[in-house]
Amino acid sequence: MEYLPNIGFVIILILGIGYFAKNVKKLIRNIKLGQDVDVSDNKSQRWKNMVMVALGQSKMVRRPIAGILHIVVYIGFIIINIEVLEIIIDGIFGTHRIGLSVLPTSVYGFLIGAFEILAVLVFVSVTLFWIRRNIIRLQRFWKSEMTSWPKNDGNNILYFEMVLMTLFLVMNATDIHFQSINSGNLISQFISPWFGDSESLLHSIERGAWWLHIIGILIFLNYLYFSKHLHILLAFPNTYYASVKPKGTLNNLEAVTKEVMLMMDPNADPFAAPAEGETEEEPAKFGASDVHDLNRVQLLNAYTCTECGRCTSACPANLTGKKLSPRKIMMDTRDRLEEVGKNIDANNGEFKDDGKQLLNDYITPEEIWACTTCNACVEECPVSINPLSIIVEMRRYLVMEQSAAPTELNNMMTNIENNGAPWPYSQMDRLNWKNE
Amino acid sequence: MSETTLTVPTMAELMVQGKQPEVLFWVGSAGSYDDRAKKITKAFVKILNKVGVSFAVLGTEESCTGDAAKRAGNEFLFQMQAVTNIEILNAYEIKKIVTACPHSFNTLKNEYPSLGGVYEVYHHTEFLHQLIKDGRLKIASNTYKGKRITFHDPCYLGRANEVYEAPRHLLKELNVELVEMKRNKRSALCCGAGGAQMFKEPEKGDMDVNVLRTEDALKTKANIIATGCPYCNTMMTDGVKFKEKEDEVAVMDVAELIANTQEL
Ligand code: SF4
Ligand code: SF4
Repeated sequence: MEYLPNIGFVIILILGIGYFAKNVKKLIRNIKLGQDVDVSDNKSQRWKNMVMVALGQSKMVRRPIAGILHIVVYIGFIIINIEVLEIIIDGIFGTHRIGLSVLPTSVYGFLIGAFEILAVLVFVSVTLFWIRRNIIRLQRFWKSEMTSWPKNDGNNILYFEMVLMTLFLVMNATDIHFQSINSGNLISQFISPWFGDSESLLHSIERGAWWLHIIGILIFLNYLYFSKHLHILLAFPNTYYASVKPKGTLNNLEAVTKEVMLMMDPNADPFAAPAEGETEEEPAKFGASDVHDLNRVQLLNAYTCTECGRCTSACPANLTGKKLSPRKIMMDTRDRLEEVGKNIDANNGEFKDDGKQLLNDYITPEEIWACTTCNACVEECPVSINPLSIIVEMRRYLVMEQSAAPTELNNMMTNIENNGAPWPYSQMDRLNWKNE
Repeated sequence: MSETTLTVPTMAELMVQGKQPEVLFWVGSAGSYDDRAKKITKAFVKILNKVGVSFAVLGTEESCTGDAAKRAGNEFLFQMQAVTNIEILNAYEIKKIVTACPHSFNTLKNEYPSLGGVYEVYHHTEFLHQLIKDGRLKIASNTYKGKRITFHDPCYLGRANEVYEAPRHLLKELNVELVEMKRNKRSALCCGAGGAQMFKEPEKGDMDVNVLRTEDALKTKANIIATGCPYCNTMMTDGVKFKEKEDEVAVMDVAELIANTQEL
């Protein structure tokens, strides 16, 4: 019987980590539904971007208040989680504060003392975040796409952190042995008296807080997959895979290049049989109407989005009341990708046509056509997401597969085709300005 | 307006003389046909003529870069334009290009290389700044002394290619008070023309983007809104008119400001 807690602990741990692993596998499978894309170039620049943007949060601090608070929470959260290591070892082996027996008391005290201070800082920062979201009501958290789940999600995480930090401090405050050493209880020594001095009660509270703390952490881990908080993991690969070219660069579609070269080459025979060894390829679909047509980096982008709305708050279309919101583009992409993933799960690994698409069912052409391709969203995103690239892929689909551009744009394109200018002027008049 | 005649050789003419210019001036569609933009084109040519830069244009052999088509989603049309232009540029063995249009600048610099068109491409503000640094162009005039000028960053010059300083260096040479809008450089607000918006009506909303951006500029109390893009110029000019401020605030290209100090 005396091993019951250990066994229980191991089971909870395995369940918690196992379910998380299962969802990570699903996440990877879903991302791989996207088109392959070559990201093997510029390795050193990519590592540098990851270190600067994800680890160093260089883009977060462009908005100093949110940036600094976020860094506190981020550092605090990571460092305090070192404590989880001790909890896991204690839980499995039935030890109590194993750190005290392997580290000199002063070192252990220093570590826990630092954790306690960070816990308080995290608690304060998270409270300020909550106030910004719910009392001050910063505009970007109250746009039309931020209702129901996205809105609750933002707050849930804040509550989670508050509870976890509280449990950590309570656990320390009610630990009679730890308090008696009187090293590292920088904060908890002040909380300790609140709980009275009944030894058995203190012990029960300490055990309760200990168990809730580790269970809370496992729940948090598993909550990630369903939340915008996936960014704490995905920000790293996402900033690594983000484009390293100047922001103005739009990729040139290779499938189009092939056809254009064929058309421009006077010697090419368009009806020629494919050369030996070359198999007739399925004609490529131009642009994107659903998540399968997007590339893997774009799908990773969707899972990484923190729904912070920095993009939308800088978007000229959104600022002037148009329907377009780059954040919504990312959220819709993720929602549709999840829907497709669930469809695959329900149909034994095969996607069954559900009559829906990302375009029209989630994102409307009205949104797509409102974009000025100004790159403000790309510039703003603290985790290097590119909503613009998805918008352009959808325009490509609308124009090249559906011929569904707005009439004025069709006129502009006809002009370019006929006279090499977006207006109906003759190419022969191109140099007239010289003598006017 | 031109009392001084412009010297604008074409590549075809130079070819006949067996000459290769230092740089090709890519005029762009707006710079060739749009009445307002043509003035910018001429102002830039005047400076080139005065400094004695050996340059040429493609003239009737130039065609739209395809930027607007690409950003409207028509990759076919874009690549057709690109391949046609690259054929001509390569036939003339062009190495260095300067343009007064950030859209052409971006497309030539970033999107032509993988289709076989690899050139050194400069925006005219970068080129003019270089002329000053090399001591070839001197600005010693008080034409604009004491004026307040604000610079609107074109998206395809600024964020897209991170050229923020060249135009500002030029403006500082003018002896003016350079005032920044609240949203500037990488956080500058678009004028509303990019991504082929120039050629269509905006979607339904509360206001037009150019009006919002003009409000940003008017808040600086500047006498002149300077920019470096023919499309931004149109948008800001319209915005100023909408706000009925055209008598107090002028919208000018950096090249025009410089040309005016040269008493050309
Ligand atoms: S690129 Fe498009 S979506 Fe992004 S900020 Fe500009 S207008 Fe908005
Ligand atoms: S795309 Fe980036 S900036 Fe926009 S909401 Fe998502 S994380 Fe924030």
